[in-house]
Amino acid sequence: MKADFRHVQAAHCENGVTVNLLRQEGVKQITEPLAFGIGSGLFYIYIPLLKINNGPAIAFRTMPGLVFKRTCKALDIPVVRKTFSSKENARTFLDQQLAEGRAVGCQVGVYFLTYFPKEYRFHFNAHNLIVYGKEQDRYLISDPVMETVTSLSDYELERVRFAKGALAPKGQIYFPQKASVVTDEQIKKAIISGIKRNVRDMLRIPGNIAGVSGIKYTANKIKRWRDSLGLDTSKLYLAQLVRMQEEIGTGGGGFRYIYGAFLQESHSYIPKDELLEISQLFTKSGDLWRDAAVQSAGIYKGRLSSQEDFNTVSNYLYEIADIEKQAFTALSKIKW
Amino acid sequence: MKKKEVPQDPSSLNNFTKELCYAVDETGKYTTDLSTGWNVKTSALDVAWKDIEKRIADAKSKVLQGEVSPILYYMELKLMDMAILSAYTGFFKWTIKRHLKPGKFNKLSDKKLKIYADVFEVSIHKLKNIELNES
Repeated sequence: MKADFRHVQAAHCENGVTVNLLRQEGVKQITEPLAFGIGSGLFYIYIPLLKINNGPAIAFRTMPGLVFKRTCKALDIPVVRKTFSSKENARTFLDQQLAEGRAVGCQVGVYFLTYFPKEYRFHFNAHNLIVYGKEQDRYLISDPVMETVTSLSDYELERVRFAKGALAPKGQIYFPQKASVVTDEQIKKAIISGIKRNVRDMLRIPGNIAGVSGIKYTANKIKRWRDSLGLDTSKLYLAQLVRMQEEIGTGGGGFRYIYGAFLQESHSYIPKDELLEISQLFTKSGDLWRDAAVQSAGIYKGRLSSQEDFNTVSNYLYEIADIEKQAFTALSKIKW
Repeated sequence: MKKKEVPQDPSSLNNFTKELCYAVDETGKYTTDLSTGWNVKTSALDVAWKDIEKRIADAKSKVLQGEVSPILYYMELKLMDMAILSAYTGFFKWTIKRHLKPGKFNKLSDKKLKIYADVFEVSIHKLKNIELNES
């Protein structure tokens, strides 16, 4: 059993699953930047007190699962999403879908994901992949961050579907149901609502840890890390910041570029030149995130170590916060 | 980022895949390119792994000195923390904390030891004798 399926590589796993599954259902217009923008994927949050892998908990994107959910909803496509308490039921349900020729999205943990390089296998449970068939007891897997398709045995797939800990997938399967033809008018509406929601998330969440104010909050923290944590721990923290920003499936600097690409693509549906200008601000922001990463690398590699060097990283983040604030404010002022 | 600036450094992804990156071309239009890796990222990952190795080594010496039970060593070896170990074993965190005491650990039933051994993917014998685990 094998669904009629074409693998397209993406920068981020959930965008990729969304694009590949929607294309299978005949949504021809969908691309990774469109899915990311319609799903309001751009975000920033620094959760104080919580630790991940003994470092700070930082995210550069919205909650796992939301890009798929919001994109389908905005395009009026019904979604099936199921979690399981029993491994047998989870497998039976998957096999049924495959027998009907349907490819499905699965949330998995990467720690036991055998085809990933060992260096990348942490207990991270919000990775997404597509199962598109089964041949001789091996499940055919399309992992959107990879160039080509791969496969997993029964046991290997079950293990990653039932990984445990934070965000445990619980065998989660999701897929869009048959969509009627999606018109360009629908895409246009979806783009506008996606942008509006993203403006809200980045500018208007109360408190100081999320959105643009979260970036400033982090900038403040970084200035104090050297004194409060000591040089060794602050190196670990900066490395964690860069990993969350740039690692496979988390993006960060990369997400700013995807958002820039989204605004450019939006321009062909909504010919407002502001979109192209604001797109350039996101390119600039992405570039600054990368500069901040290069400066941080100087510190965690041991080449730089003074308080002044930490201030430089911190100043990059202040500048980024200003640019992203400017960009989202400009987006909020567009008369649609 | 310009398309020609998409980093092409060696990384642990080299035998696995290339990463898709978004960048702008000469005319300012967004396009994608594949990247083999970026040394800034690779060294961030190295920092994380060095820390893990240090944690494993620290746990190992604590176990060998009899300060703590082998559970700590295997927990670090498998990159787990209390919350993750609790989720995989089904034991409460405070139960695991007690099992970290060598005295308590030595009195654990084989049934409980087997639960830990299965999660850590070792035999009960190796669970009790970490010096045998040299992989």
